[in-house]
Amino acid sequence: MEIEQTPTNVATSDTNSTSEYLDAEGESDPDEGVADGVDEQDDYYQEQEREAEAQRHSIISELRGELGTRTGNALSPDPGAESGQSKDLAASVESLALSASASVKTEDSGNTVDDEPDHDYQNDSAWCGQKKHIFILSEAGKPIYSLHGSEDKLVTLFGVIQALVSFVQHSQQDAITSIHARGIKFVFIQRNSLILVAASRTNMSVQQLQRQLSDVYNQILSTLTYSHMSKIFEKRKNFDLRRLLSGSERLIYNLLSNDSSSKRVSNNVFDFLTNSIRVFPLATSTRSNIISAIQANCSKIKDLVFAVLIANNQLIALVRMKKYSIHPADLRLIFNLIECSQSFKTYENWTPICLPIFDKNGYLHAHVSYLAEDCQACLLLLSVDRNAFFTLSEAKARITEKLRKNHCLDAINEGLQQPYNDAKLYEQVLSVPELRHFLYKPKTTAQLLCPMLRHPYKSLEEFERLEAVYCNILHRIHNNARPLKLIYEVREREIVLAWVTATYELYAVFEPIVDKATVIKYVDKLIKWIEKEYDVYFIRTHATF
Amino acid sequence: MRVIEGKVVVLGSRGVGKTRLVIKYINSTLHRNEEPTIGVSFFTCKIMLDEVKIKLQIWDTAGQERYKALAPMYYRNANAAILVFDLTQYKTFAEIKSWIQELHRNVQDPMILTLVGNKMDMHAERAVSRDEAHLFANSIGATYFETSTETDQGLEQVFLSTALGLVRLADEGKSRSLRSFQSCESIYKNNNTAFSHLNLDNGSAAFRLPYVHIGIPVDGEDVRTSGEGRLETPSWSIEHIALGEVEHTSWCC
Ligand SMILES: Nc1nc2c(ncn2[C@@H]2O[C@H](COP(=O)(O)OP(=O)(O)OP(=O)(O)O)[C@@H](O)[C@H]2O)c(=O)[nH]1
Ligand SMILES: [Mg+2]
Repeated sequence: MEIEQTPTNVATSDTNSTSEYLDAEGESDPDEGVADGVDEQDDYYQEQEREAEAQRHSIISELRGELGTRTGNALSPDPGAESGQSKDLAASVESLALSASASVKTEDSGNTVDDEPDHDYQNDSAWCGQKKHIFILSEAGKPIYSLHGSEDKLVTLFGVIQALVSFVQHSQQDAITSIHARGIKFVFIQRNSLILVAASRTNMSVQQLQRQLSDVYNQILSTLTYSHMSKIFEKRKNFDLRRLLSGSERLIYNLLSNDSSSKRVSNNVFDFLTNSIRVFPLATSTRSNIISAIQANCSKIKDLVFAVLIANNQLIALVRMKKYSIHPADLRLIFNLIECSQSFKTYENWTPICLPIFDKNGYLHAHVSYLAEDCQACLLLLSVDRNAFFTLSEAKARITEKLRKNHCLDAINEGLQQPYNDAKLYEQVLSVPELRHFLYKPKTTAQLLCPMLRHPYKSLEEFERLEAVYCNILHRIHNNARPLKLIYEVREREIVLAWVTATYELYAVFEPIVDKATVIKYVDKLIKWIEKEYDVYFIRTHATF
Repeated sequence: MRVIEGKVVVLGSRGVGKTRLVIKYINSTLHRNEEPTIGVSFFTCKIMLDEVKIKLQIWDTAGQERYKALAPMYYRNANAAILVFDLTQYKTFAEIKSWIQELHRNVQDPMILTLVGNKMDMHAERAVSRDEAHLFANSIGATYFETSTETDQGLEQVFLSTALGLVRLADEGKSRSLRSFQSCESIYKNNNTAFSHLNLDNGSAAFRLPYVHIGIPVDGEDVRTSGEGRLETPSWSIEHIALGEVEHTSWCC
C-alpha cells in the first residue's frame, strides 16, 4: 500500500489543497515524538485525583447519589473545544517534516522494539500488503497505536495524517471523512483529541469502518474514561497516551482483528457489522432459571447496576437495575475484554471499567469471574460501589451454587461442548443444504442469530468472500440516502438475499444453483422456524433486579 | 485452633512478575499466562503453622500506571504488603519508594512489609545489587527476598515470612484490622500450597519452617533464623520510614 499516493478522490470539500498537502515533504527534526519524561507523573496523579472527583457526575454519580454515597461536582469538558493553536498548513508541514526520517518495522505486536531505525515501510511488502491498517494518534500528532508495525516507526505517516486532518479542519472548517485511492479507503474519525484512521482494502464501507473506529475509540474510553482523557489533553496536548494505555493494547488488537483481514474465520465480525451481539442459545426454562438465580442473590445488593453472564462470546443473561440498560456497543467491549483475558478463567478479578455509552465519564467496578472451573461461563457483576468486592464475590458463589443445583451449569456446558442448538438449527432448518449462511436480527433487539460457519466458508478465502457479500448488502440496505427493503442477487458463487421487514432484518446466502421460488420457500421456512424457536435464540427483554 | 486472617496486597511496577509470583506459589503450575493484570486479581490461600492457621487474602494489583489512582482501594486495610521489583530493571526498584511513601501516607495500622527482588534467574542482567536492596529493605523495616518464578526459588519464603509477620502482628495486638480468632474448624483442610502440603504430617514444633534447611536465598540481619527455624520480621510502622520528602496529597477512593 502506498500511503503517500496522491488521492484521486477526496471525500471532503477541497481535493486540491489536500493532495497538495500530501505531497509535502520536509526536513526532519528530532525534537518530537520521544516519550515524555517522568516529571509528568505527579501531574498525572493529581490529575487522576481531580478526575476521580470529577467523574462522580452523570449516571454513575447519580446512582451513587441515590445510593447515599458521595456525590460530586458536575464536570463537562467540552469535547469540541478546539485545540487552541491554530494549526495552519505551515504548522502542519512542520509536524510532517519532523518525522520525515522515521520508518516502520513489520511487526504485529505493536512492540516498541527499536532495532531497525531505518526500516523503510514503503518498501516493506508485508506491511504494505496488509488488508487493513488502523492508526490512532493524538491531535498533536503523537503516535498512540498502529494495528500493524510499531507506531513509533510510523511517525512520518502520523505526521501526514495529522497534517491532513488539521488542514481540512482549520482552513476548510470541515472534517475529513474519507479518501479513496488505488482501491484503498482511508477513513477518518476525530474524537476528543484523538484521530483514528482506517486504511482498508477490505469490502467494508466507509460507515462500517467508521463503526469499527468508533468501537476502538470506545475501547480507549473504556480504559481511561472520557473526562480523564479530555483533562489530560487539555493540560498537555503532547501527552503520550500510550503510557496510560499500555497493558490494554491487546484489547484494541483483539477488537480490530475480528475479521478476515487478520485471517480469522469467525462470526464475530458480524456482531459489529450489524451493531448487535449474539445470544447463547438456551431452553427458555433454563434461561429463566439462570435469571432467577441471579436475581435471588443480587436483588438486595443495592448498588449493583448490571449482572452479565456470557459464554463463548454470547450473552446468556443480562440482569439490570431498573431504568438502565447496556448498549450493544458497550456489551461488545465486555465481550472483547472477556475474550482476550484468559486469566479470568482462574481468578476472581476486580477491575474498573467504563462503559462509554452508559456513562463515558465514570467507572463501574466489575467483579469478573468464571462460574466454575467446570463451567466456562463468565459472570460480570458491575457496581458503582468500589468497595463491593466481597459482597459481589459472595453473591457470585451463591449464584454458582444455585446454578449447579438446578443443573443450569450442565445446560450451559452442553451448549458449550457440542453446540447442539446449532446442530439442531442445521438439522431442522438447514436440512436445506442450499442455505449456506444467514444473519437474522429482530428489529426490537440488537441481537443477532447466525449459524456456525461451515463449508465452504470455513476456509479463509471463501470466508473473505462471505464477509464481503455481507458488507456489501448491509451497506446497500442501510444506505441513508436510499434505504432498500429487498435485495435479491444472483452472483457467480452464491445467491444473496437481503430482506428488511417491520420486524426483522434477514441476510442470507444460498448455493448459486437454486431458483428464486426455492429461495423464497426456504426463507419462509427459516422465518417460521425462527419465530417458533425465538426464545431459545433471543432474549426479549432483559430482567431487572 | 487459632486462626489469623490477613489481607496482603502485592504491589510493584508492571511486568515485574507479581502475578507469576502469586500464581506459582498458589498453584505451583504455571499456565503460560503473560497478560498484564487488569485492576486486581484476588486469591486466597491458607498457611498452616501447627498451632495457627493463617488465611491470606492476596490482592495482586496491576502495575500499570493508570491503576495507580485506584491503589488505595486495594491496600486499604491491608495487613501486609509484598513489594515486588525486577532485579534486572533498576527503575522498578526505584519505584518501590513511591509505593512506600504512599503506604506511609495512607495506612495507619502497622503493616508487614516484604520486599521482593524477582527474576533472579537472569543473572547476567542484574541491575540491582543484593546489598542495595537489602539496605533499602532495612531502612523501611521490610524483609528482603530474592525470587525467580522460572526456577521457583524463594517463592515460599516470601509468603511464609509474610504469614509469620502476621502472626507476630496479631500477637502484638496493635493492628485493628487484622482478624485473629479461635476456630474449631479442621486444621488440615488446606491443600492450597506446596508448603502446607509439606507440613501436613508435621506434628508439633511451632513455626517450623522446612525451608530453613534448604537455605534462603537472602538471609539478612532482619531475617534471623534460630535452630527451630524461627523467623522474625520487624513489623512495619510509620516510625520505620525515613524517606524524607513527605507529600501530602489526599488520594481518592
Ligand atoms: N526470567 C524471568 N521472567 C519472569 C519472572 N517472573 C516473571 N517473568 C516474566 O515477566 C513478565 C511479567 O510477569 P507478570 O507476572 O505478568 O508481571 P506483573 O507484575 O503481574 O505485571 P502487571 O500485571 O502488568 O503489573 C512475564 O512475561 C514473565 O514471563 C522470573 O522470575 N524470571
Ligand atoms: Mg500482574
